[in-house]
Amino acid sequence: MPMIEIRWHGRGGQGGVTSAELLAKAAFLDGYKGVQAFPYFGAERRGAPVKAFTRISDEPINVRSQIYEPDIVAILDPGIVDLIDPTEGLKENGIIIINTQKAPSEFDYDSARIFTYDGTGIALRHNLLVAGLPVVNTTMLGAFAKATGLVKLETVQEVIKQKWPGKVGERNAAGAKEAYDSCSDK
Amino acid sequence: MTSVERVPEDQIVVEGLTGDAAIAHALKQCDLDVLAAYPITPQTIIVEDYQKFAANGEVDAKVIPVESEHSAMSACVGASAVGARVATASASAGLALMWEVLYCASGMRMPIVFTVANRALSAPINIHNDWSDTYGARDSGFIQIYCQSGQEAYDTTIMAFKIAEDHDVLLPIIVAIDGFILSHNVERVEMLPTEAVHKFLGKRVPFIALDPTKPITMGPLALTDYYFEFKQQQIDAINAVPDVFKKVEAEFEKMTGRKYGMFETYKTEDADIILFTHSSPGGTAKAVVDALREQGEKVGVLRLRMFRPFPAKEIAEAVKHAKAVVVFEKCLSFGAPANPLAMEVRTALYDLEKRPMVTDFVIGLGGRDVPPTTIVEGYEKTKEYLKKGKAPFFETLGVRK
Repeated sequence: MPMIEIRWHGRGGQGGVTSAELLAKAAFLDGYKGVQAFPYFGAERRGAPVKAFTRISDEPINVRSQIYEPDIVAILDPGIVDLIDPTEGLKENGIIIINTQKAPSEFDYDSARIFTYDGTGIALRHNLLVAGLPVVNTTMLGAFAKATGLVKLETVQEVIKQKWPGKVGERNAAGAKEAYDSCSDK
Repeated sequence: MTSVERVPEDQIVVEGLTGDAAIAHALKQCDLDVLAAYPITPQTIIVEDYQKFAANGEVDAKVIPVESEHSAMSACVGASAVGARVATASASAGLALMWEVLYCASGMRMPIVFTVANRALSAPINIHNDWSDTYGARDSGFIQIYCQSGQEAYDTTIMAFKIAEDHDVLLPIIVAIDGFILSHNVERVEMLPTEAVHKFLGKRVPFIALDPTKPITMGPLALTDYYFEFKQQQIDAINAVPDVFKKVEAEFEKMTGRKYGMFETYKTEDADIILFTHSSPGGTAKAVVDALREQGEKVGVLRLRMFRPFPAKEIAEAVKHAKAVVVFEKCLSFGAPANPLAMEVRTALYDLEKRPMVTDFVIGLGGRDVPPTTIVEGYEKTKEYLKKGKAPFFETLGVRK
């Protein structure tokens, strides 16, 4: 498998950086030798658009720059697609995963394969709240596992439970499962 | 010398760690007596994690939360003087504030391990990576080793104690990683069992220690009569580093199967042009070389690890067959004919009968990203300069002009 590069878009405080990190952990548990997960730290504040990156490879990874031509773009916030161009640099036939109530057919991104799921709804149902607001980063990991097949849902759930031992982890793992089951390109 | 054995695979713990956390975990296993530090981005996680280990009773060390970096290094010097195993961490302005005491640490021959997440200096304020902070400490008498990966940072931090505390050396040592690019990047890190690290390092055996029952004075006045002799001894000490480094790394390799060298050569044997850099651009340069080799270009990378002492002879030997050496460095020396890394390389090659051309590209200041295209640009420019037979002393790449 050639190296896979992933770009995460979210808003400050939504947990995009944590998504990138948890995916990297799931990836090496699933046997990938090369993983990187790193944030783009600007002068961000809560609510502003933020980016993070993950690389996954069968071999150790040498390159240490930001990602300019991702294979996969994951969007944690439904409103952010109006602020940024999700397809920027996206490879031909790349995958875009969006947390939204809309169907993939409602988006018009040329040559990209689009997956959607209602992460915010899932987060509310499973009580995945921080300061009263739904946090969708763990649901995105479930959706990612479904859309890409790069990591197993069980592994994603395992790293979530490691990160938050106890009931919080259980709820987030259940949210990831529902995202996995409902994420679709149809 | 202790006898180390290969650690069985089932005793190795694999975790996803940031570069900072990898260093903190290494420090946790190195049986410190004292850690004195003041938090500063992007190094903060090192101290935060270590504080957690201390608060949870996972380490025996005394953690001193000092009020400034000047005090941090001072506390380290004091603790090291009584024979303690000591570490600290800092970056950027914090390192700058330590500057006066860096010279005390090396002049008093204190084997302090100083981990740094390299960050630019103000002004303007910038939290991101370049090498201005540790290059500023270039002449302070610290050993300096730069790492490319979390695994390398973990491994090097452990080895650093054994190198610094060797009685042929007795010098402080900086272990540096690129701020954010590595300090905040999560990757796969294999960790040794703590007992194996303890066995590898042993207890620190001080050459001489402060002891109230046998009073001595350390670091007192030495004027025209003896100051120079102290400096001569520091020259001898830092010159002893390569042999000790090799010995320590050979033992570490026996235990882990991993070794890194004073520098890494990558596809340099038949290379016409050798890219020369360290830390994170060293990794990106290797990826660039893989791509250029597929196009038939004869190019390789020398990724430096040890900047102090600078392994000049070994480097000259490794690159002497090349037509050009292309230096990429994240630091400026304002007004100098070239910048710190290229100046070392040019000095190292000066005595060769047939010298490769040396080009110098300043990149990535203040965290400006260094994508593969920046490395390729320096490579292409150097090919042009080779054709012309002439190159500028240095250039900046990846900046609006």
